Amino acid sequence: MAILVTPQSKILVQGITGSFGARHTQLSLAYGTQVVAGVTPGKGGQLFENQVPIFDTVAEAARQTGATISAIFVPPPFAGDAILEAVDAGLDLVVCITEGIPVNDMVKVKRAMQGKKTRLIGPNCPGVVTPGTGKDSYGGCRIGIAPGYIHKKGNIGVVSRSGTLTYEAVWQLTCRGVGQSTCVGIGGDPVNGTSHLDIIKMFNDDPETTGIIMIGEIGGSAEEEAAEWIKMNCKKPVAGFIAGATAPPGRRMGHAGAIVSGGKGTAAAKIEAFKDAGIGIAVTPSEMADTLLKMM
Amino acid sequence: MNIHEYQAKQLLAQYGVAVPPGDVCTTADEAKAIAEKLFTKGEKVVVVKSQIHAGGRGKGTFKSGFQGGVKLCKTAADVYEKAKAMLGQVLVTKQTGPEGRLVSKLLVAAAPAIRKELYLAVLLDRATSRPLIMVSTEGGVDIEEVAEKTPEKIVKETIDPAVGIMPYQGRKLAVALGLKGDLIAQGAKLLLGVYKTWWECDAAMVEINPLCIIEGADGKEALVAVDAKIGLDDNALYRHKNIQEMRDLAEEAPLEIEASKFNLNYIKLDGNIACLVNGAGLAMATMDIIQHFGGLPANFLDVGGGASKDQVTAAFKIILSDPNVKGIMVNIFGGIMDCNVIATGIVAAVRETGLKLPLVVRLEGNNVLAGKKTLSESGLTIISGDSMADAAQKVVKAVGK
Repeated sequence: MAILVTPQSKILVQGITGSFGARHTQLSLAYGTQVVAGVTPGKGGQLFENQVPIFDTVAEAARQTGATISAIFVPPPFAGDAILEAVDAGLDLVVCITEGIPVNDMVKVKRAMQGKKTRLIGPNCPGVVTPGTGKDSYGGCRIGIAPGYIHKKGNIGVVSRSGTLTYEAVWQLTCRGVGQSTCVGIGGDPVNGTSHLDIIKMFNDDPETTGIIMIGEIGGSAEEEAAEWIKMNCKKPVAGFIAGATAPPGRRMGHAGAIVSGGKGTAAAKIEAFKDAGIGIAVTPSEMADTLLKMM
Repeated sequence: MNIHEYQAKQLLAQYGVAVPPGDVCTTADEAKAIAEKLFTKGEKVVVVKSQIHAGGRGKGTFKSGFQGGVKLCKTAADVYEKAKAMLGQVLVTKQTGPEGRLVSKLLVAAAPAIRKELYLAVLLDRATSRPLIMVSTEGGVDIEEVAEKTPEKIVKETIDPAVGIMPYQGRKLAVALGLKGDLIAQGAKLLLGVYKTWWECDAAMVEINPLCIIEGADGKEALVAVDAKIGLDDNALYRHKNIQEMRDLAEEAPLEIEASKFNLNYIKLDGNIACLVNGAGLAMATMDIIQHFGGLPANFLDVGGGASKDQVTAAFKIILSDPNVKGIMVNIFGGIMDCNVIATGIVAAVRETGLKLPLVVRLEGNNVLAGKKTLSESGLTIISGDSMADAAQKVVKAVGK
């Protein structure tokens, strides 16, 4: 089953002809992912790598190829627009990789998405991987920029704000012979489409997922909210790590930001919330997999 | 990016927010001239304010021994004296750290008689992904203390970004601030202007503390933003040329400026183990694990997604220009990044800088075998770490020797 995407999912790529989008589309194709269309306005009718048809609009790409999911690689000034084009085309899922989108653009996008059926993952995220059954997890669905070969098909769900920390957790699992159901990077921006809690709920409902690794970092209170829900509702073991215990305070968060979150942004507060919810704490990032495996 | 108080007030004034009349200057003579103009126009008191990107200026002390970075004056001669004592001197406040900040600009402005101090801020509420206005009748003090001790004295209003701020929301907050009569309409207008500044300038935060009820020249009460602080969303600066020009490089750490030229995200810390990492989350986690094994991180350094050889070399030079650094840990998990590019960059950087300090490298991910081969065939003394924990323990041990 997995969550969000399966190896059968049909993907279109917005920004497929840019160097960043092109490179990762090649990698996804090499991983066996069903990339069925690309979108670059003005380049409709061309082929990407002699195999993937390019369209001028998302609506056209979806209609002609049956793609229901988009991966967005367009530059930051145009990314908000790209997300809403995918929403307008009625896609089920939009995964926005783009880093550096102005916060106010995302505030508008999130408001405009209210009541729409499309789910957004990201922005500023590594994407989603549901590993396949082939060698080095070939044949899976790789949307975004994660290295495919580090994965292995299995039953652990991984959710994180950070890209490289997700790879770290996945690699630890794979090295211990333990596979993953789906790995989701929700992104490091203050305004994102899908929260830790949204993903945890999906893992909880997914019969294929038997354990969860949740990776958080300082700032905001999304980890605390997820912990509160896990305490009351989650039927599966959860292990967690919070990055940023040694980060100097006040470098990113403004004065008033700390007030709204009511002192909830610190690593200490998040770790406390995890403990209170019965989430296993990885004391160092090297122990994420072992902490979960001990609980199972 | 942060800007100075005088720049924040310039932006606010463009959106119709009342600020005390005044101007910025860099010499005592200019300060005196501004003050003379203000006194001629009938102002009774003028304030001289040090312009640095840090709070607590009024209670700060200059390294020269002069007390206070904000001074009230009743004559132009006094303004001249105070300006002379502040300009070119280093001001230490509770927010600057012991090294303090050089004061090279002063804001000289009218200091009207204050009847009451209030608080106003606009920021992003991460929980709702919407703009939030916060006001309090407790202005002029540390707002975090108000939030902790008397949270009921902070009133919040969420703004629907599809609609923007409505006049009724301005009135609602004006009443919550205890404003009466004519001041309600004035307060509502000011709130609309402050919100518009936040939204249209792509600010991360606008904070007015204090927002003051003053006694105007005509004897009537009026609302004025006596202090102002604006932080901006770096990702949106590309569409605000006028705000880009407000960047004051003197307020930023030299190494951080150098890093930003190469698109590196570097923050200097106090420890002696430097780290070079790809990804902000992994960079934070690397600092955490160094500390966990008994070391102290010297910096946060995220080389980002598509680091080139030049970036890695630049990163090494930046790290090595911190004299506290006694060892380096490189931690790369290549998702976007090609490990061999990093490895080639490391080898080039070690050769170019003639590195003598212990260097522990942990590489994993995209094209990792080629990367490891490049390192091992370089003939350089590079300690290899198998995992994050292994690398952290090795670098802590190497530095401890």
